[in-house]
Amino acid sequence: MKNNANNQPFLICGNEAIGEAAVQAGCRAYFGYPITPQNELTAYMARRMGEEGRVFIQSESELAAISMVFGAAAVGERAMTSSSSPGISLKQEGISYLAGCRLPAVIVNMSRGGPGLGNIGPAQADYFQSTRGGGHGDYRTPVLAGASVQELADLTFLAFDLADRYRTPVLILGDGILGQMMEPVVIARPDPARTPEKDWTLTGARGRPPRCVKSLYLGPGELEAHNRKLQETYREISDREVRSEAYMTDDADLVLVAFGITARICREVVSRLREEGLPVGLFRPITLWPFPEKSIRDLSRKVKKLLSVEMNFGQMVDDVRLAAEGNCPVEFFGHGGGEILTGEAITEAVRDRIPR
Amino acid sequence: MTGNPEKSAYSRPESLRDVPTHFCAGCGHGTVHRIIAEVIDDLGIRERTVGVAPVGCAVVAYDYFNFDVTEAAHGRPPAVATGIKRVRPDLVVFTYQGDGDLAAIGTAEIIHAANRGENITVIFVNNGIYGMTGGQMAPTTLVGQPTATCPGGRDFQLAGPPIKVCEMLAPLDGTDYIARGALDSPAHTRTLKGYIRQAFLNKLEGRRFSLVEALTACPTYWRMTPPASLARIREEIIPQFPLGVIKE
Ligand SMILES: Cc1ncc(C[n+]2csc(CCOP(=O)(O)OP(=O)(O)O)c2C)c(N)n1
Repeated sequence: MKNNANNQPFLICGNEAIGEAAVQAGCRAYFGYPITPQNELTAYMARRMGEEGRVFIQSESELAAISMVFGAAAVGERAMTSSSSPGISLKQEGISYLAGCRLPAVIVNMSRGGPGLGNIGPAQADYFQSTRGGGHGDYRTPVLAGASVQELADLTFLAFDLADRYRTPVLILGDGILGQMMEPVVIARPDPARTPEKDWTLTGARGRPPRCVKSLYLGPGELEAHNRKLQETYREISDREVRSEAYMTDDADLVLVAFGITARICREVVSRLREEGLPVGLFRPITLWPFPEKSIRDLSRKVKKLLSVEMNFGQMVDDVRLAAEGNCPVEFFGHGGGEILTGEAITEAVRDRIPR
Repeated sequence: MTGNPEKSAYSRPESLRDVPTHFCAGCGHGTVHRIIAEVIDDLGIRERTVGVAPVGCAVVAYDYFNFDVTEAAHGRPPAVATGIKRVRPDLVVFTYQGDGDLAAIGTAEIIHAANRGENITVIFVNNGIYGMTGGQMAPTTLVGQPTATCPGGRDFQLAGPPIKVCEMLAPLDGTDYIARGALDSPAHTRTLKGYIRQAFLNKLEGRRFSLVEALTACPTYWRMTPPASLARIREEIIPQFPLGVIKE
């Protein structure tokens, strides 16, 4: 048991920080299947859920794990699963069902190099999969991308709250570095989790008509009506839940746009280049969906150039371009093969692109 | 019926809604639904039962059952039931699955739920074919039986023999009760009901994984009349899928 009763920081890795935050957020059940680089999270949950007398199962596959999450969610309990890229691909079936059935759940992706088996290095190549729904059908899931171990913990609390508030699966997107690096953190449940009254859970039809959790709508117009309801929820989320951070963007000519561990590196690059007097800044989306379009649009009207920096071959840059609406050039810098972007490489890329 | 001395021998169980079903003539799903509803009424557990419906012809089981039911992705009911039962042990949880759902796409889920000894009841409706999608070969299709995807009959060399789920699961230590019944005659139907009753009773007594297989007909995709279908169960299927309690 990690003791931070006095809010004393303690050293913990990103995977474990998410686990501890989930426990404190009232996660009643965790289901997982081993995959690197998130194994510390599964092992942490095996120990902590046991200590708390809650449910931990090492499932036979990611398909099963996400379906177990589905079951726990259907009876109204907070449930979570975690994996890394290939496992998240398998979970897409269940994530689509969770979205269609309007069930809350938290899914963690400590992403790694792909496609296929790829490698176990850090990557941000699952941006498309994460932000476009990922599975079949017309849905989105909130995607929370932290840039530090502390933030991963904080976002875990938020993930459970958003999931319950909007009845939707929520994704926490990290990478192999964030998952495995250790930093001092304070994990403290913000205030007692505000779980809304759940009047849809399957608790046994005692003294009420039976309830049903389903995504199947066969009657004429029924699915359309159901999907419109989903879209309404997505609009609400887009209106209320966008989160981002701007660093030295006010007088910047060139603004880097980056998320997760890449943003962390970019921030140092920006600090260093500022010392040299270069007018650069950083914009960091924390919610990848809903994407902070408005902030980026505003930026695009002020700056001379936006540069999307990613550990992939160009995914988020599409969203930056859409948000910028042609107001300024949007360029891309990155690489993807399960290797971290270095500060030196980013610095050089920025120097090459700085508007004169 | 107040004042009528005659007792109705056959009334709708409370656990079944008063709505027409969409099942074809001679299909077994309606009968299995009714048996489950009668057993749940008998045991007085309607208000603490949660069913898990499959993807297959019984996909809208929640429109017929008068208790809480959830959907599951194709083949995943045992995993969904696991999630429910582990966080709410007070609930009676059962899955209802066809042979494609349970013995093809959901093979991993059923084996591991059984092996973990999940405290759930599985009702396995084996009609030897994929009904919902139009009569394709199922893992339980008999060798020689023609279907849309083995028009010349199931070929042992190409597709192997039918999977016998009960015999496959019975050796697993996590399973407490495994039985196979059939819907080809009133006597067999009554016996099947006894198995299903026992499988639910086991849950109340805290016993572990229970599965009852029901051999049923699919006249539509067997391309037979309902009476001929019943005869086929008796003459061709039961000899290959022996009835009885396989493990208790
Ligand atoms: C992932 C996935 N694959 C395929 C299907 C299509 N599908 C629907 S039902 C079914 C098979 C149903 O057969 P069975 O389980 O034997 O039940 P029956 O319809 O005969 O009662 C299939 C393949 C699906 N819905 N989802």
